[in-house]
Amino acid sequence: MANVPEGLYYSKDHEWLRVEGETGTVGITDHAQHSLGDVVYVELPKAGETFEAHATFGSVESVKAVSELFLPVAAEVTEVNESLNEEPEKVNNDPYGEGWMLKVRLAKRGEVDGLLSAAEYEDFIKADGE
Amino acid sequence: MRYIPNSPEERLEMLRGLGLGSAEELFDSLPPDVLLKRPLDTPVALSEPELLERFEAMAAKNAAARRPSFLGAGAYSHYAPTIVDSLIQRSEFFTAYTPYQPEISQGTLQAIFEFQTLVCQLTGMDVANASMYDGSTAMAEAVLMAERVTRRTRVLVSPAVHPEYMRVTETYVAHAGIELGRLGFDEDAGRTTFDAAQLDKTVAAVVVQSPNFFGCVEDVKSFADAVHAAGALLVVVVTEAASFGLLRSPGACGADIVVAEGQSFGVPVSYGGPYVGLFATREKYARQIPGRLAGVAYDKEGRRGFVLTLATREQHIRREKATSNICTNEGLIALAATIYMTTLGRQGLQEVAAQCAQKAAYARRQIGALEGFSVPHSAPVFNEFVVRAPSDAAALLRKLASGHNVTGGLALGRYFPGRPNDILVCVTETNKRADIDALVAGLKEVQS
Repeated sequence: MANVPEGLYYSKDHEWLRVEGETGTVGITDHAQHSLGDVVYVELPKAGETFEAHATFGSVESVKAVSELFLPVAAEVTEVNESLNEEPEKVNNDPYGEGWMLKVRLAKRGEVDGLLSAAEYEDFIKADGE
Repeated sequence: MRYIPNSPEERLEMLRGLGLGSAEELFDSLPPDVLLKRPLDTPVALSEPELLERFEAMAAKNAAARRPSFLGAGAYSHYAPTIVDSLIQRSEFFTAYTPYQPEISQGTLQAIFEFQTLVCQLTGMDVANASMYDGSTAMAEAVLMAERVTRRTRVLVSPAVHPEYMRVTETYVAHAGIELGRLGFDEDAGRTTFDAAQLDKTVAAVVVQSPNFFGCVEDVKSFADAVHAAGALLVVVVTEAASFGLLRSPGACGADIVVAEGQSFGVPVSYGGPYVGLFATREKYARQIPGRLAGVAYDKEGRRGFVLTLATREQHIRREKATSNICTNEGLIALAATIYMTTLGRQGLQEVAAQCAQKAAYARRQIGALEGFSVPHSAPVFNEFVVRAPSDAAALLRKLASGHNVTGGLALGRYFPGRPNDILVCVTETNKRADIDALVAGLKEVQS
């Protein structure tokens, strides 16, 4: 069973968002990393770039496939997890911790209300798997 | 190619099977007014000896192919050892198709891997792909790659880049949201000039050809620092790959992407093709490289093998997000270049380059000393140079060909209307001293 921690926001594209005031941290979920298999490369944007909600901000490549990464909410990138260049396996080993991808400044704080809670995301992936 | 003949009896049998009386009935469904109602106007069938005679007679009319030629400008006549042709004609190599299945393609994949290794060594770069269509499309791909790497959309190109490479690049980027700007040119030196003020944060890359279209060797190193300080990439284009044997590698001069035409390596000049593009870059940009890459892999018993690698950049996986839409590359021509480079080796490539440069220097000196002729550019050259004639270059070259049986070079007015009297002369190791002397003597006579 995939790990879906409480207190984070989730998207149907399998990204998570941890909100702290006006800023947030973004990564992919345990369910996503599990479906992808061993991650070999993560392509991320540069700090300073801005994205609309649901825009593609990068891609993650595993031994099986390449998947686009979608930003759950509109935001400006303030920091990128550069360590993933050398150690992309962090996405598999610790998707909610060391495997984080972006720190962002949220454009519209209210947008997070449209995202899923932990319980809702759990139901979503369960329904998806059936 | 297999020729499958059929006899009149076999044709009748097929027609009977279709319930038809004649082959013409196959076309009954076409409107009568689009049908040709007479036999095709083709010559009568010839016997094999007659056919050979006919083609020999036609070939004999091609006088230009047998006279000494000093044409270069992107296509270079070098000697190809016979081993090149005999090895590439081995049936094991008779597929241009992509070796997706490593279990049946080890030979092809190893050849590609060796090609990439040689290209890296020549260009001074870390990673090279399995080849592009030609030098011009390689340049266009480099511009597109610079945009991907930097996420900037302006590219500054030297006006001394081959004009046809420029047109191909313009076509490639016309709908890619990339704007092409121009660098300056120093007429006296024959070199690209560069104003640091042009380099703002919108510039993705600076593209310089060296030796440039006018034959002058650019001071590539002098560009590198400013280009990198602005966060842009330096793309170096090489149309005459033989120059790698003599000049400092673009990688050592600070290039980020090196693209080149590989025709000089064992591929004859032949009505514009086939060519092969070389494409190399720094390892940190490997994920953004266009086209195929062969890599080394080890099986579970630790045995070395070759596979296509980083394929997720490519269109059969990434679709519209792929780094390029190149499909099957110039595999056979890349193989020819590999065999050529391997046969000549480091020393052989250096010897070819040295002969080219020495013979070109001799020709340049001799023509420059002719009354009425001058050498307009002062920068060092490799094996091509511009001479300024006292009258219209195209007319002089026609007289030279008809009266002296020498193809004297390219009239630059074709590409640069402001240079009506300029001739681009190319000298390679295949031009004998007697040929050069005939060129000089011919030029002296036709202009007087």
